[in-house]
Amino acid sequence: MDGKKKWFTLDLGWNRKESDNSACGCGKSTGGCGSHSAPPRNDYSISAEEFDAAVEDTMAGEVQRDGFQQVFDVKMDRRTAFRKLTASLMVGAGAVGTSCSMVAGEETKEKAQIDWEEQFKGNYKLMTQEERQATVDRLVRSYQLRKKENIKMTATDASEDVLFGYAFNISKCQGYMDCVSACVKENNQDRNSEMQYIRIHEMKDGEGFKFNKADDNYYHEVPAEGHFYMGTQCFHCDNPPCVDVCPVEATWREKDGLVVIDYDWCIGCRYCMAACPYDGRRFNWSKPEVPEEEVNKNQHYLGNRMRKKGVMEKCTFCVQRSRSGKDPACVEACPTGARIFGNLLDPDSTIRWVLENKKVFRLKEDLGTEPKFWYFMD
Amino acid sequence: MVRDSLGYITHGSKPYHVWMIFLSAVMLVGMYCYSIQIEEGLSATGMTDRVSWGLYISNFTFLVGVAAAAVMLVMPTYVLHDIDFKHAVLIGEGLAVAALLMCLAFVVADMGGPSVLWHMIPGIGVFNFPSSMLAWDVIVLNGYLFINITIPLYILFRHYQGKEANPRVYIPGSILSVLWAVGIHLVTAFLYEGLQARPFWNNALLGPRFLASAFAAGPALIILVLAGIRSFTAFKIEDRTIKKIAMIVVVAAQINLIMLISELFKEFYAPTHHSESAYYLFFGLEGKTALLPWIWTAIPLNVLATILLTFHKLRNNPKVLYFCCFILFVAIWIEKGFGLIVPGFIPGPYGKIAEYTPTGVEIGVTLGIWAMGAFIFTMLAKTSIGIELGKLRYKKKSVRGSKTA
Repeated sequence: MDGKKKWFTLDLGWNRKESDNSACGCGKSTGGCGSHSAPPRNDYSISAEEFDAAVEDTMAGEVQRDGFQQVFDVKMDRRTAFRKLTASLMVGAGAVGTSCSMVAGEETKEKAQIDWEEQFKGNYKLMTQEERQATVDRLVRSYQLRKKENIKMTATDASEDVLFGYAFNISKCQGYMDCVSACVKENNQDRNSEMQYIRIHEMKDGEGFKFNKADDNYYHEVPAEGHFYMGTQCFHCDNPPCVDVCPVEATWREKDGLVVIDYDWCIGCRYCMAACPYDGRRFNWSKPEVPEEEVNKNQHYLGNRMRKKGVMEKCTFCVQRSRSGKDPACVEACPTGARIFGNLLDPDSTIRWVLENKKVFRLKEDLGTEPKFWYFMD
Repeated sequence: MVRDSLGYITHGSKPYHVWMIFLSAVMLVGMYCYSIQIEEGLSATGMTDRVSWGLYISNFTFLVGVAAAAVMLVMPTYVLHDIDFKHAVLIGEGLAVAALLMCLAFVVADMGGPSVLWHMIPGIGVFNFPSSMLAWDVIVLNGYLFINITIPLYILFRHYQGKEANPRVYIPGSILSVLWAVGIHLVTAFLYEGLQARPFWNNALLGPRFLASAFAAGPALIILVLAGIRSFTAFKIEDRTIKKIAMIVVVAAQINLIMLISELFKEFYAPTHHSESAYYLFFGLEGKTALLPWIWTAIPLNVLATILLTFHKLRNNPKVLYFCCFILFVAIWIEKGFGLIVPGFIPGPYGKIAEYTPTGVEIGVTLGIWAMGAFIFTMLAKTSIGIELGKLRYKKKSVRGSKTA
């Protein structure tokens, strides 16, 4: 990805000072960004010369030159022009934010700073390691500032020689739905809309797999007489149609086979939802809410961190767990052992044993999506 | 020119002012509804995880067709030198611009995160081209908008200055716009056609049928608009022009009907698992019948209009013609709108049948966007008619030409 940045990085000149002032990413040694514990001062010395005057004009009202002339009477190509336009917009709005914060204090200032950087950050898929860490740090700090609670957020990458796969034993599943509730808790899904990644379909014995006649929203005692159960969720296809259709590459397949979403890059067009043949994707129709005491604070950037209104989300095979060597929550919660998860590239894994020794099948194979989710029976 | 035309569009007869005030009021209601949607999220609409596209995308799809139809007038006028259409063509292109702006507004209204739409701008965002058909659609729609603004602008501007437009400048643009119009419609059809998850859309006839229905509904609307312009302004539109456009409507409507028959045959002669959406649309599934009244309004209207228009005698009677154009427009709006989008999601990937009913907020936003389209079109049409009639002319020397809007 070096030198081939496809996204927009705001260059406010903050990085230029990084060498002599590594304490803060914003490049300022005092005041301003508010990430310093040093006492606040009211002089604002943004290092990018282009914006000095513009900021001073807005902040202190000392009009010496016309701010517009400074920004626009410079020879530049269109791209630079656009950058600077956006940047000056940001400085302007940031200035409004900061000027208010003289009353409201450092915390508000810092929140505003974080919000601005988050609003204009790039696509996670294309970020460098440092940028990824920076956004994770910002999100953790933001949560701390807002909720007075500490969360632990990781950005662990896919490991080499790992390809996750999943198998579901239809004979064993009894429809207890412990997997569903464990998933909701683990992944901080919206409690108001009762969003669930997993659906358990209750089917009648002797009719075969009749999904259209199955009940995926039952409330009676299980296992019900004369029925069997089959769970569906995101199948993490090897050839995922949802990824192809996304207009902004906000969703992609990771090297270990997980299909993930950058919640902050998603624009909420729901094209992926229309493209998914497995009902694997969910949309936040309103602001997702989880009671503070129920929030799972062990989070991953691509996984169970808090989502916002108007973005897609989906099963990630619990990326926060699976990439640290644990089974997904649904596998761990299943009381019957119907769920098997593991590394497809490891010849000694249980999943490989299942694939080699059981008669396995996948759903809608004719669509060419190559799911990594197999069903089998004892 | 800006000042002149601004002056021109803010002055007019009483009906004109009443019309514009009415549209403004509807737009304000739409904006209020949109503010509710922004505040609450898309949960303010009737869309759910089961039916995730609704009224907005339906209207978007239909309006792409209306926009594409302007080209049916451009081609004979500029490329085939049929002088008849010259007056109609500026109106047609104005209609295309208004329809495209409505399309873009509908797409933005449908977005979960309108504040991060800059992610789609090539250069500063990430554009999933050529893989995503939506990325293609953004390009073709904006490109078509650009073409349809620049060509009439150039012609009108020359006329405004009292000069003739140079054909060597606008003819290549017109030819490009002809190809481009087919492009916007095919790409929009491919948006749905390319989804293997939705058998109702994953159908090779979808693209051609989009074109046929668009070339029926679009010119039908143009005829209605021209009729309105004829009765409200001094702008002269000859009967021959309207008759020729009517001819286009008939042929397109006939082709559309043939394709409809072919589609129905395929779905119902040997129904498969993939015909369930069509069953839902035409007969309902498991007692869920929300779309039945709509589609059974659309199909008879469509057939009736096509049959009536096929007879020369009836078509040449303005009253019958206008009536037919109106019902054809409504029929295709239903059929290519939610008659196409909603059944794509029903039944769901696992056969779940969950119906969709738009909410008041959604309808309010939709009406607001339609009012916005009508507002924009009225302004564009008034300016171009003013220039074409010679009422609006370049007078002062100091007005700079390049700053036109």
